[in-house]
Amino acid sequence: MAPPNYFEEEIFLPAKAWFIILSLIAALLLNLLPLQGYMLTLRPDFIALVLLYWNLNHRVDMGVAFGMGLLMDVGNSNMLGQHALAYCVMIFISLLLRRRLYIFGLLKQAPQVGLMLLVAQSVTLLTELLNRADFPGWYFFLASVTGAFLWPVLSILLRVSHSQKYDQNAL
Amino acid sequence: MEAAQPFFKHGPGPLLRLVFFVLLSLILMVVDTHFKYLYEVRQTIAVVISPVQRLAYIPTKISDLVNDFFVAQNLADENLRLKQQHLVDSGKLQQFLALMAENEHLRKLLETSQRNKSKTIVAEIISVPPDPFSRRVTLDKGIKNGIQLGQVVIDNLGVVGQITRIYPWSSEVTLITDREHSVPVQIVRNGIRSVVFGTGKDKTLELQYMANNADIQNGDSLVTSGIDGTYPSGLPVALVSKIKRDASSAFASIFCTPVAGVDRNKQVLILFPRTNPETPVESIDVQSKDKGLEESGAP
Repeated sequence: MAPPNYFEEEIFLPAKAWFIILSLIAALLLNLLPLQGYMLTLRPDFIALVLLYWNLNHRVDMGVAFGMGLLMDVGNSNMLGQHALAYCVMIFISLLLRRRLYIFGLLKQAPQVGLMLLVAQSVTLLTELLNRADFPGWYFFLASVTGAFLWPVLSILLRVSHSQKYDQNAL
Repeated sequence: MEAAQPFFKHGPGPLLRLVFFVLLSLILMVVDTHFKYLYEVRQTIAVVISPVQRLAYIPTKISDLVNDFFVAQNLADENLRLKQQHLVDSGKLQQFLALMAENEHLRKLLETSQRNKSKTIVAEIISVPPDPFSRRVTLDKGIKNGIQLGQVVIDNLGVVGQITRIYPWSSEVTLITDREHSVPVQIVRNGIRSVVFGTGKDKTLELQYMANNADIQNGDSLVTSGIDGTYPSGLPVALVSKIKRDASSAFASIFCTPVAGVDRNKQVLILFPRTNPETPVESIDVQSKDKGLEESGAP
């Protein structure tokens, strides 16, 4: 690992609200892309990822997660409230783990984020099973794995919006 | 341990918020699955989400265009093939027109109601089931195009499903493979009527409540019987693919493969119901058929 550069460090400014909204819309767009086959199974839940990112680095109200969940439910034509429930539970867990996650680098955060995504997926699976659906097979959970892999990339992308290069020696 | 007084006033704590939202979503789910009160809520959310849905469909459209461009190089071959196909089809169509005329004539003789030609509208699939649970697709036509609940959706091969939710600019089709969906069918070979149920799995339908000794074979073709008055009669639905006759149960378990290709087609046809809804055409149809049989058997 490269030694930290003490002369130039990044500071994180509070993100602008419009950017959070924009990133959530983009995530919704990615979640609604009409994919098929392998791509569909491997597609991570972008909304969950973006919600997690903003919850760790900013603070996202649980109501926002609930609202995004409702949008997903209508877009996915699931039961109303299914994704909303999953996102709320996930956001709650990330609130508990928030301080812990700060001390890890992006790569070490990834598996923990993957676990949170897994919890969200398990909640949706559970509601479906209660609604007499069949178990879709273990490949269903692959989306959480790809989500974990995507976490560092996504974090770097979203970080651009609210970080500034800051040189202590500069005036 | 005494909790420290918060320095800044926040709203209710995370646990309380979680409990609130969990309860709210549980209530929503129960109401949505068991009652029909959330129609307006869904409508509103659908209006919000519809532009995003359309935007999400654009990449597919572009890739189709690009594909079309490359396909254009094989256009001569395709043109030839289509011309041959057209020739074959128009031959069949001529026969069909003659049969239609004959059918109308016979119907006049029988003094039953006329079979109206059903109107159709072409729609595009803008969203396929995005998760393994939902057997539903979204079409780009909605209330503004005159779409109503319960309309039948077909493609060039057979029945796709039925419209179960309508929004201003889009509509939702429940596929025949959905576990809550059933289609009344008839076996083409011998005319046995039955009902085919979705299983919730891709490309699998089940023919339930057929006796173990029922005359049914692998490869039998099922078409809609039209008894329900929803599906017009004679549309291809499925092919029988697997029959398990178990002596310990009264019914055979029969699995079928739907003929329509939802995963292959981008465009589907929405059928409009016949214009005289007060006389259920199909029941008359069945009666007249039976009458016809009696009459032919009587002398």
